[in-house]
Amino acid sequence: MLFYLLKRVLLMLPLLLGITLISFTVIHLAPGEPTDLQTEMNPEAGVEFKERLRNQYGLDQPLLVQYGTWVKRLATLDFGHSFSQDRRPVWDKIVERLPVTVLINLLSIGLILLVSIPIGILSALRRHSWFDRMTTLLVFIGFATPSFWLSLLLMDYLGVYLGWFPVSGIKSLGYEYLGPVNQIWDVIHHLILPVLVSAFGGLAGFSRYMRSNMLEVIGQDYILTARAKGLPERLVIGKHALRNALLPLITILGLSVPGLIGGSVIFESIFAIPGMGKLFYDGVMMRDYPLIMGILVIGAVLTLIGNLLADVGYALADPRIRNR
Amino acid sequence: MKSLFGLRLGGWLVFVLLVLLSVGCRQHEADPSVSERLSARPEAGDTIIMGTIGDASNLLPMLASDASSSEVAGLVYNGLVRYDKNLQIEGELAESWELSDDGCEIIFHLRHGVSWHDGVPFTSADVLFTYQLMIDPKTPTAYAERYKQVSAASAPDPYTFCVHYDKPLASALISWSLGICPKHLLEGQDVTASPLNRSPVGTGPFRFVTWQPGEKIVLERNPDYFEGAPWIQRVVYRIIPDLTTMFLELQSGGLDQMGLTPLQYARQTDGPAFRRRFSKYRYPAFAYTYLGYNLHKPMFQDKRVRQAISHAINQQELIDGVLLGLGQPATGPYKPGSWPYNGQVKRYDYNPQRARELLAQAGWQDADGDGWLEREGKPFSFTIVTNQGNDQRIKAGEIIQRRLQEVGIKVQLRVIEWASFLKEFIHPGNFEATLLGWTVPMDPDGYNVWHSSKTGKGQLNFISFKNERVDELLELGRRTLGRAQRKKIYAEFQQILAEEVPYTFLFVPDSLPVVARRFHGIEEAPAGIMHNFIHWYVPKDQQKFLR
Repeated sequence: MLFYLLKRVLLMLPLLLGITLISFTVIHLAPGEPTDLQTEMNPEAGVEFKERLRNQYGLDQPLLVQYGTWVKRLATLDFGHSFSQDRRPVWDKIVERLPVTVLINLLSIGLILLVSIPIGILSALRRHSWFDRMTTLLVFIGFATPSFWLSLLLMDYLGVYLGWFPVSGIKSLGYEYLGPVNQIWDVIHHLILPVLVSAFGGLAGFSRYMRSNMLEVIGQDYILTARAKGLPERLVIGKHALRNALLPLITILGLSVPGLIGGSVIFESIFAIPGMGKLFYDGVMMRDYPLIMGILVIGAVLTLIGNLLADVGYALADPRIRNR
Repeated sequence: MKSLFGLRLGGWLVFVLLVLLSVGCRQHEADPSVSERLSARPEAGDTIIMGTIGDASNLLPMLASDASSSEVAGLVYNGLVRYDKNLQIEGELAESWELSDDGCEIIFHLRHGVSWHDGVPFTSADVLFTYQLMIDPKTPTAYAERYKQVSAASAPDPYTFCVHYDKPLASALISWSLGICPKHLLEGQDVTASPLNRSPVGTGPFRFVTWQPGEKIVLERNPDYFEGAPWIQRVVYRIIPDLTTMFLELQSGGLDQMGLTPLQYARQTDGPAFRRRFSKYRYPAFAYTYLGYNLHKPMFQDKRVRQAISHAINQQELIDGVLLGLGQPATGPYKPGSWPYNGQVKRYDYNPQRARELLAQAGWQDADGDGWLEREGKPFSFTIVTNQGNDQRIKAGEIIQRRLQEVGIKVQLRVIEWASFLKEFIHPGNFEATLLGWTVPMDPDGYNVWHSSKTGKGQLNFISFKNERVDELLELGRRTLGRAQRKKIYAEFQQILAEEVPYTFLFVPDSLPVVARRFHGIEEAPAGIMHNFIHWYVPKDQQKFLR
């Protein structure tokens, strides 16, 4: 097992290098450069300024040299400085955005699991019942509803008309003056709408997945055996069926690890949440190469780790795989 | 589970219904203080929360070229001079200035007793230092060009600053409106790594307090400001990237000021509840939208064709359709009402008949009767390119498309992402016509956009407009100092543009700011409403934020 782990981790390195090389090439293929924001369509900025800026950023070097410099810096875990006008370290820019994004994603995944697993189980057990159909309808409405539209409706009604929730942002204006308990409540109060909206859209995937897993397991011979030996239905479902049906969820959860740092630009713009989605989008729009690469690398690492965790977790949970 | 679900779906439907119903009958608690406004007098205190769609990037004025950064930096820093409410140049950190007879030298006499926010006195050494920083090749500033024209700068005593130019330069004086930076905090440092990028120290009416990236920037009043302390205690810029959210925040009381879209101004802000809480303002923006013709393309080389297209476009229809009437027709590159503006130029009223005549004179006729014009067997067809993300331009393009179809010109509209748009279409001259806009600079010098020497790749005369008289006028205009003479020069410049039609000037949109009513002392002027921001105040009994 230990050897297997070590092999997997070592194999991740060339994979990561490959991912970065491809991403690096692709983002440089897109027309436009980080210098454009300041120099394009600006009557004040001369050609000479543009050249100087390109030189400062090292953009006048061949692409391979640029990549080499970048990898060398990455080897010391230095993501470099942003090419935007603030020129801050990429790492700082990412770190200040991470907590709120991860928090919202964790809460929303938690809420999704909390709601969609019971929905999935129940609709599998009562397949084609009224409940099954209505939940299917509901989760697909959630899936199909554009989140910006739902957000705006909720903000207008619950935020402006009823005044129950703050419309946008993550903290009130006077946050600094609140006591610790009130500060926590203030953040929760701000997060309710965004978490609800983002969870609503994610119900469909998990609940449908759960439903089909459950259906598959219920059709297995060992369930028939369990029933035949006279176990109460509660035990058949709760112990034999459910535990087996939950196994594939480990894989899905493993695959959602990179999603924890990803945010949606539309969603974050609407709720004025300073998260990763907006950071990445703005970075792409101004061709801020170090920032884009920094986020991509973190995403790639998390994807690889997530895959590994899923495999390991699966092996730990399922003796059939462990013993092979 | 079952009942829970039923409740959820039911609740959701009820909610949708309620939203639909509530649109018509929205009400807010009345603002009790409206009646007392007349007895109000200036009081210090309260906070103004302004909405901005983008975060600032860098608060050292020379390092940032985005609007959000310069707006914030504008309250923290001062220039030597500035435009007053009527767009006349007046002194800011300079008490007065002298211009030598040949127009080549300016001597600024600086104010005494001004200090930086950290208490250190402001002197001419700071101005000289700022100038040196601007021209330092290591400083990545887009604005170096103006200051490279200076041949000598000196600070003979702490309150005098002299600059000398080789040739008179019309925009020289106003170029000293740049934000002056503190020498004692920046000297000998890498300016791009200075802490002042994130926490500026200036001489301006507001001091920097905090910046939470992507969230808000907070400033507070500078009680020692040399023009008198502002009344408003605190300024908060809230970053809200979405205009609809911003408007909802405004209604819910989370914002005091924002710029409205034409739709919001015309359709969503006329209710009594809204009017009771907010004041709307409207004045022409410093910008215009145009249809530019690539003059390298044979079809646009005949000016009658360009004139014909201008006659075929209905400007008023564009203003009504795109801006809901909140704008005015553009006749040239200057803002109507500003001093260089010449209203007496040739105008192209909507006249499809005249358009067809002009096109026929240029050889474009519908020979085969299919409704499209041809010349030498080739149909008159071209593509208008514009950039993604600007709905007004796309809508204008669609309306133009329809109007040109009526005179027999087939128009395609292509919308392209900004960077590709510039790299693949505009700079290589790989377009036929383009719908774009310019902001109107305060100084009328249009050399970089209209001079024939600026037609190279990546330069701004990308339509390749070349006119000898225009070149002469532009060269003369930027070297002439008297406003009356310049007005004459630019009046002729505008006449030539109107006759030659390198662009069809479409419209000047209106700025549509809205401010919460509790702020008093706002004065609308040619420069907008922010010119007397330090005199805005909230009467004591209406103040909303007590600390």
